[in-house]
Amino acid sequence: MTELLMKDFVDRAALERLQLERMQNTLDRVYNNVPFYKKAFDDAGVKPTDLKRLQDLAKFPFTMKSDLRNHYPFGLVASDQKDIVRIHASSGTTGKPTVVCYTQEDLGIWSETMCRTLEAGGLTNRDIVQIGYGYGLFTGGLGAHYGAERLGCAVIPMGGGATEKQLLLINDFGTTAVCCTPSFFIHMIEVAEKIGLDLRQTKLRLGFFGAEPWTEAMRNFIVEKTGIKAFDIFGLSEIIGPGVAADCEAHNGLHVFEDHYYPEIIDPDTGEVKAPGEEGELVFTTITKQAMPLVRYRTRDISSLTYEKCACGRTLVRMAKVKRRSDDMMIIRGVNLYPSQVESVILNVEGTEPHYQLVVTREKAMDELEIRVEVTPQVFTDEVKGLENLRNLLGAKIKQLIGISAKITLVEPGTIERSVGKAKRVIDLRNS
Amino acid sequence: MTIRQLSIFLENRVGRLATIAKILGDAGQNIRGLSVADTQDFGILRLIVDNVDAAAAVLRQHDVVCHINEVIAVEVASTPGGLAKVLSVFVNTKINIEYMYAIAEPKTSNPVMIFRFSDPEAASQALSQAGMNVYSEKDLLQG
Repeated sequence: MTELLMKDFVDRAALERLQLERMQNTLDRVYNNVPFYKKAFDDAGVKPTDLKRLQDLAKFPFTMKSDLRNHYPFGLVASDQKDIVRIHASSGTTGKPTVVCYTQEDLGIWSETMCRTLEAGGLTNRDIVQIGYGYGLFTGGLGAHYGAERLGCAVIPMGGGATEKQLLLINDFGTTAVCCTPSFFIHMIEVAEKIGLDLRQTKLRLGFFGAEPWTEAMRNFIVEKTGIKAFDIFGLSEIIGPGVAADCEAHNGLHVFEDHYYPEIIDPDTGEVKAPGEEGELVFTTITKQAMPLVRYRTRDISSLTYEKCACGRTLVRMAKVKRRSDDMMIIRGVNLYPSQVESVILNVEGTEPHYQLVVTREKAMDELEIRVEVTPQVFTDEVKGLENLRNLLGAKIKQLIGISAKITLVEPGTIERSVGKAKRVIDLRNS
Repeated sequence: MTIRQLSIFLENRVGRLATIAKILGDAGQNIRGLSVADTQDFGILRLIVDNVDAAAAVLRQHDVVCHINEVIAVEVASTPGGLAKVLSVFVNTKINIEYMYAIAEPKTSNPVMIFRFSDPEAASQALSQAGMNVYSEKDLLQG
């Protein structure tokens, strides 16, 4: 067992002492260095010194995604600019991304927890790891890369896409583990079958899949088709990136690396902290991050926490696999999508208030997005070409904005179901 | 000389055409000619009706998206080569035929075809110069 791995089996009383000390330091730092937090704490009538026990965190205000957007790009940074060594960003609703900054120390924390994520699945320094997440502003690629490198693996920085090339490298390089979105891996399985590559005959033995919710049925499908072990990884760029929580051999919830990212479950409506085992919105406080610490950041992910010891022996709290979110954001093929983004595209193209609906399905385990748009008299002409141009233009703009291809279906006015005058924007059929 | 046609947006869904036909029937509108252009997901229904303004109004009341546009009604001799003779008018022009269909029950002695041209005015002139019988809306529908 490596020294890092031992952190997952820590005595809980010692862990809680460490958490309290780190949390106190974090609250003190943000209060003194970030005007947003000074005002938020003052408005809530709390001071960093009010945190005497971990439970006292409940007195402190939440941080919302909108707070990040309102302080775009660097308003929540708590470090000196000279200490920032990396900037990542995720897609935002209005074209403006959510920005996250890292110091050298933060990159170390990220590598560490991503490394522990990979170790929880049995990865070692003898493995050859192919990173099939996108590199760039998205945290998936570099996060997985640094974690695997920290563990001492041979890392192939393949990036997303280029399915046949991915398969070629798996076969020729003897890749033993892949990191990518589950839907992309399932696509790889399908292409492998088509080109006559039997993944069971390759050296591939482990897969770490995340950046979008996936089901046990998908895990079973992957295991059945390829014979590899498949692990879920959880993370979000606002907190650090991938490597916030990790699946273990027991596949019974994800261990949160709570010595760095402190989790709570709250009632999304009242903000009250829920008891262990109860379902609610997942909230994280980063307790070691330097550049952009976040206090009680609301993830919008619905989960629950259990502190019971896991069959794998880890003492770290486990969060239930995230199946849904408390707002209408969707994750499609690893990409965040808000209905309002689609709305703005239709509005720009058609020049009218659109009625539309997003239908998400999973065809052969690949997420498919259909956007149904009601045709208005303003855009209708006699020509098939005109309507096809409209459809293609909408498709191209959507692809440009959110980076994924959607099937655009033009429908007649009134066909999209309205409840209390408001259309139901999203129909997610993936988990049904 | 052009006549007005009603174009209607249709989803590819069971019963849509029947619904439109019923709305027009209930409103006392006789369908004189029709064609459907369809793609995988949607179609455009084109109609020649007795009173295009009244038909459009009643369809809009039912939230049906429709559009009135100009087409040309030409008499085509009911003999071999009749259509070829009409089409020969356009062989050396830059006028394109976008689509065409027949009137179901013309009140004229010969069959009448509806043409949608890329340039309706130029097409109408070319046809008249070639001695073709081009109908006005009034002549076609009441003739």
